[in-house]
Amino acid sequence: MTTTTPTRNPSASGRAAGRGGSAAPGLRRIAALARSELLLLVRNRTALVNALLLPPATVGLFSAINGGGDDASAAAGPLLVNVLTIMALAMVVYYNLTVAYVARREELVLKRYLVGESSRSEILAGAAVPAFVVALAQTALGIVAVSVLFEAPPFTNPLLMVIAVVGGTVMLTALAAATSGLSRTVESAQLTTFPLLIVALPFAGLLGSGTGDGVAGVLGTIGTFTPLRPITDLMTLGMTGIDRDGRLLTTFGETVAAGRLSVLVLLAWTAIGVLAARRFMRWEPRR
Amino acid sequence: MTSEPIVHVRGARRRYGTFEAVRGVDLDVHRGELVALLGTNGAGKTSFVELVEGLAPASGGTVRVLGHDPYRERRQVVGSLGIMLQSAGFSGDLTVAETARTWAGTLSRPRPVDDVLGAVGLTHRADVRVASLSGGEKRRLDLALATMGDPELLFLDEPTTGLDPESRRATWRLVQGMLEAGTTVLLTTHYLEEAEELADRIAIMQAGRVVRSGSVADIVGAEPARVEFVVRNAAGSPVVPGAADLPSLEGIVDVPQVDRTGRLRLRTTSLQGDLHTLLQWAEARQLRLDDLDARSASLEQAFLAMDDTDDTHDETAEVAA
Repeated sequence: MTTTTPTRNPSASGRAAGRGGSAAPGLRRIAALARSELLLLVRNRTALVNALLLPPATVGLFSAINGGGDDASAAAGPLLVNVLTIMALAMVVYYNLTVAYVARREELVLKRYLVGESSRSEILAGAAVPAFVVALAQTALGIVAVSVLFEAPPFTNPLLMVIAVVGGTVMLTALAAATSGLSRTVESAQLTTFPLLIVALPFAGLLGSGTGDGVAGVLGTIGTFTPLRPITDLMTLGMTGIDRDGRLLTTFGETVAAGRLSVLVLLAWTAIGVLAARRFMRWEPRR
Repeated sequence: MTSEPIVHVRGARRRYGTFEAVRGVDLDVHRGELVALLGTNGAGKTSFVELVEGLAPASGGTVRVLGHDPYRERRQVVGSLGIMLQSAGFSGDLTVAETARTWAGTLSRPRPVDDVLGAVGLTHRADVRVASLSGGEKRRLDLALATMGDPELLFLDEPTTGLDPESRRATWRLVQGMLEAGTTVLLTTHYLEEAEELADRIAIMQAGRVVRSGSVADIVGAEPARVEFVVRNAAGSPVVPGAADLPSLEGIVDVPQVDRTGRLRLRTTSLQGDLHTLLQWAEARQLRLDDLDARSASLEQAFLAMDDTDDTHDETAEVAA
């Protein structure tokens, strides 16, 4: 240990300048936190496999089960993109982030960040950036792959697709923060994330849209209001122009109108996620 | 001092449910000074310091840091604070340098990472995963992060716990260097020697209150000095003098104590005068004062004496000297 002492700028008034209102320092802090979270993701084999291999593997399984035959129709490609996007958001954003928040909390890293200059939402966002990038990249690669392998969908409203992925990430990040507060350990996060995954995944619209009469219709209506459903609905609508009732819309304006309910459901779940995060998220271990 | 204090606390209280951990604390810390907060475990030091750090709201009283409420106006002050908590963690899978770079990325005025790691002697460990560091190395990394933002006000909560003596002294030199450069420091510590070495002023907390404060000299000065010796006659045999045999000592406190080995201990507020009287008395009677030990009070003595006389003494009390 040396005795080198820091020379500090004695102008106390100068230090306050250049901070405050502007968003740039916030983004810089998020970028710094995101960089370290990315390093941690790369060094955690379980989380990395979850992030990089699980969603594409699910797509492979899905297409194998779905026939691999003559049904290479126009609908098959978008469905596979939806499977990929939903799995990426559910596993990489929701599940991996819940685990990451619990891990950072239990190793007292969240507590350290809290005493620094970063705000709570910056800390949460910093950890979420790598998950968001992975989910976004998988969706983008999926779209490219499907466009090459199948008949390319018309991409009637790409904006709705962006809303689906970005909005879905924000919603699931908030829900992950809330879920982490209910998980005592990294291991118990496997259980606490289960309800949302097991309840919402079947309703996500990957197994058919559930239109029609009787039980299927009722389940379809319920499904519309589950958290993952607006993501598939908006992705399908944006990619193919097909709305929740199976009608084909061809103009941007029509798809905007048809997507309104899904956007509202997405916003509602985001609001629920934020409220739940405020209520349940914990920043240091229970003692 | 004429300037407004950097930390200004009046009547601060902090309540957890029905338990009040901080019960009306007043404290001023002026620019460039180091104030050490001492106290036994459970005295409320950390609970109090968290109020000043702005990590928790006070349930009563006023807390001002750099002219702001550190909890409600945290944005205004946080860039000027460096906080070393007693317990904050690291991600074990990041290296020392990665950890430091991440922290630097969140600061508005970071000092160069290499300089900061050099100052705490971790340069050679920069590429090591934090999980592989020793406890003392982690504590030094903690210190590196707390000082990285070139803070105006530095909080150190038990900064040298778990450090070997050499690292402890190196930490003290680093803190002294920062004080010379104008940093203001609020230190909490178990180590009285650390407070004696570093502090301009000391505040001693007990059961949520500051029970004594002042400079080390003030606090120690109020405490009597000690004189100890074994009395032997010309033949070398130990003699236990009765109280009546001793000369009258002007500053003596209590009755002198004799332990099993015949060692006599007395406490006096007039060390020089009474020592002179004792030596003359021994000379006149041809007595030897063996193992003579005369010393002014240390902060540790003052602290322990205060602890003994206090009724609210915490049962879990523990002071490492």
